[in-house]
Amino acid sequence: MAVGSRREFLASVVVGLVTVLPPYRPAAQDSLPGTGPSGRLWDPDRAGRPLPPVTAADNNAALQAIEKQIHCTCGCNLDVYTCRTTDFTCAVSPAMHARVVAMAREGKTGQQILDQFVRENGVAILMAPPKRGFNLAGYFVPSLVIVVAGAILTLVLRRWARAVPAPVAPRPSAVAASPEELERLRHELDRLSV
Amino acid sequence: MTVLGSICLWLAFLLGVWGALAGIVGGLSGRLDLARSARHAVLAMCGALLVAVFALEWALFHHDFNVEYVAAYTSRNLPIFYTWSALYAGQKGSLLFWATVLSVFGSLAMAFTPRHNRPLLPYVAGVVSAVAAFFISVMLFAWLVPPHTSANPFDRLPYTPIDGSGLNPQLQNPGMVFHPPMLYLGYISITIPFAFAIAALLSKRLDTDWLVAIRKWTLLSWLFLSIGICLGMWWAYVELGWGGYWAWDPVENASLLPWLTMTAFLHSVMIQEKRGMLKKWNLALIIGSWLLSIFGTFITRSGVISSVHSFTQSSVGYFFFGFLVIAGIVSFTLYAIRLPLLEAETRLESMISREASFLFNNLLLVGIAFSVLWGTLFPILSELVKGTKITVGPPFFNQVNIPLGLGLLALTGIGPLIAWRRASVPNLKRQFAVPVTVGVFAALIVLVGGMREFYATVAIGFGAFVLGTVTQEFARGARARHRQYGEAYVLALGRLLARNRRRYGGYIVHTGIVILFVAFAGMAFKTETEATLRPGESVSLRSPYGYTYTFTSLGLSQYDALNRQVTAAAVEVRRDGKTIGLLNPEKRQHVDGLGRPTFQPSTEPSIMSLLREDLYVVLGGVVNGTEQAVFRFTINPLVWWVWYGGLIVALGGLIVMWPGGGSPAVKRSQAGYAVRLVGEK
Repeated sequence: MAVGSRREFLASVVVGLVTVLPPYRPAAQDSLPGTGPSGRLWDPDRAGRPLPPVTAADNNAALQAIEKQIHCTCGCNLDVYTCRTTDFTCAVSPAMHARVVAMAREGKTGQQILDQFVRENGVAILMAPPKRGFNLAGYFVPSLVIVVAGAILTLVLRRWARAVPAPVAPRPSAVAASPEELERLRHELDRLSV
Repeated sequence: MTVLGSICLWLAFLLGVWGALAGIVGGLSGRLDLARSARHAVLAMCGALLVAVFALEWALFHHDFNVEYVAAYTSRNLPIFYTWSALYAGQKGSLLFWATVLSVFGSLAMAFTPRHNRPLLPYVAGVVSAVAAFFISVMLFAWLVPPHTSANPFDRLPYTPIDGSGLNPQLQNPGMVFHPPMLYLGYISITIPFAFAIAALLSKRLDTDWLVAIRKWTLLSWLFLSIGICLGMWWAYVELGWGGYWAWDPVENASLLPWLTMTAFLHSVMIQEKRGMLKKWNLALIIGSWLLSIFGTFITRSGVISSVHSFTQSSVGYFFFGFLVIAGIVSFTLYAIRLPLLEAETRLESMISREASFLFNNLLLVGIAFSVLWGTLFPILSELVKGTKITVGPPFFNQVNIPLGLGLLALTGIGPLIAWRRASVPNLKRQFAVPVTVGVFAALIVLVGGMREFYATVAIGFGAFVLGTVTQEFARGARARHRQYGEAYVLALGRLLARNRRRYGGYIVHTGIVILFVAFAGMAFKTETEATLRPGESVSLRSPYGYTYTFTSLGLSQYDALNRQVTAAAVEVRRDGKTIGLLNPEKRQHVDGLGRPTFQPSTEPSIMSLLREDLYVVLGGVVNGTEQAVFRFTINPLVWWVWYGGLIVALGGLIVMWPGGGSPAVKRSQAGYAVRLVGEK
């Protein structure tokens, strides 16, 4: 085969392949390019409900600390801060966050903001019950029970320990070992036992 | 197949009732025919329930959407992996799973219990049958009780939907395939030690034989619970998107309760085995652990306490509450009747002994369990007493439980250092010198390093102390073997572990616990920020180690996957200016086989796990439908170590329960200590 015809053959193969293969098209699902640094998404609904841009108040540590003490009422069992930064489908926690921000802008202190929420929603709005009245039982009963049980256990153990006679020193004829050596032996046995 | 499944449920129920009656009556009357029939009933019930499970899986895999359960928890495009796990994704299926696994465990107990413990088996068969029959009765009869909702997984719909609702996106995670069954296995397997305990009480065979029979079962339960809890933490961390792994949710608490009491039992049982003490306490712990496992199931299913885990409020809660009360009354009445037979064989010799330290360890473990239970139930108590609804969340539990947990950590190191029976002052000095030095040194280092978090510093100090104890124990044991047998240190260490698996496996568990505590302390230094980024924009965050991480949004893309439509962000991560990787947080809109949305869009965090810290990025959503996206960036120190610590705990547990070894006397003999102390039996 002549060189020219070989070139023609290869060229025809390439052309044939190009026409047989589907033309390259970018995937339809890709976000559309070309509308600036933040182009429009192909289907914004897939990304959940639209969100407002983050503001300085959203990252304010003092406000976050307050929100971490307020129970979100959407049923999620989380605090307002965790809910609004986790469950982005929730509309309740952003609204509660907006109220916290608004009250802070009015000049209310953290405690005043919490009190306002309690006045409006009851004490269940707090992530932990305030330390007063019956709630004190919630905080202190476990520790109290453990302390009392510990004291009782100590007394009982001391009584038991006293009731047991002190070990009789082994007769020299039975074991030719000093108390220290016996102690070492006991320790070694304990260490190697289960 | 669902007809077959329903028939099998009824059959299993009848077998369960028969097994319960025949087992207890056969055991008490000494009728061997009834006793044998009870054992056979457990095996037959197991067979019937396995067929029922097969029938439900058949319906799930064949997309039989006329079955209400299949339509509620699967769809045509659900991956096979999750179609299988739909078996226990809903309440009805999980009840079937519970009863089936219990019957499997019961059958294994029937088959593998050593000959000398055979007299206990009729009672064991009776108790297992009764508990399984209860679970089956919930499935069959829940509709009789208001609000008349059925719990039968084979219920059919009056119509056949084209496709099912699909599985909750949060459950479409590998963690959820393994976490619930592991936890269930833990809960369920406690029934076997409980059944042996009741058998011992009924038969008055209250020596240590029943304890030996349940040793592996208690370890197995504890191991399953440990793995299940850790997997649950992992799932919560990688799937829920809030950047943590433990929220003191009522259902999380419910899983922790039996784990704590079982841990207490695994320590106190050693005192009964070695010294013949604490018989009453050990029995109470086993009965209490089982009741707490049923309590956990009640909490999960009743909706009595608000929880993200709770299935819908239904009549099932009444069944569980009734069962819990009746089982508690029956068990503890029997226990009270047998108390005179449970006197200790020996007495404590000294306050400064390992027995005493184990007792204080038990006090703290049970105290923490009480504290968690108290906090979980306090909202109900407050409403009953004061008529006031309150919320008891993480701030409460952290405040109450962190000091107790640290006390427990300290005891983890103290216990192994004190000799059995009686420790002398020189012995204590010798034992404590190195571990205490290590602990104090570690605390000083972190203080000098600038750490000012009190609890974190204490956790690190105590953790180092426990590690010092464990290292000292291994080193002394290996040195003793090296001296006595001339073994190389590595070989001596291996043989030490192999020949004394319970003791040294336990130390490995302690090491895992230390790692977990230190990793928990790391969360005190969590840092996070929210940011809205256009493609090319960055935000920086400084980690507690002093690194500056820069996160740059590279843009968003959207594509279809098997059963979801994905919006994914590409975020470049740089540490101190050097690129270290790419993170891809997602928003997912799950759809059914027809492309219809099935759930609200969910978030899928992207995590870069480093030894020191995790970088955790969540894509919250987009602004005005553009590529300008809202992110939450979190740096979580030491999270990788939580999973690593959990693995070590599981490994230690496996070593402890690995078969072989023999009695303590045999092990002493193997170790070259075929001697007895003067006066020792």
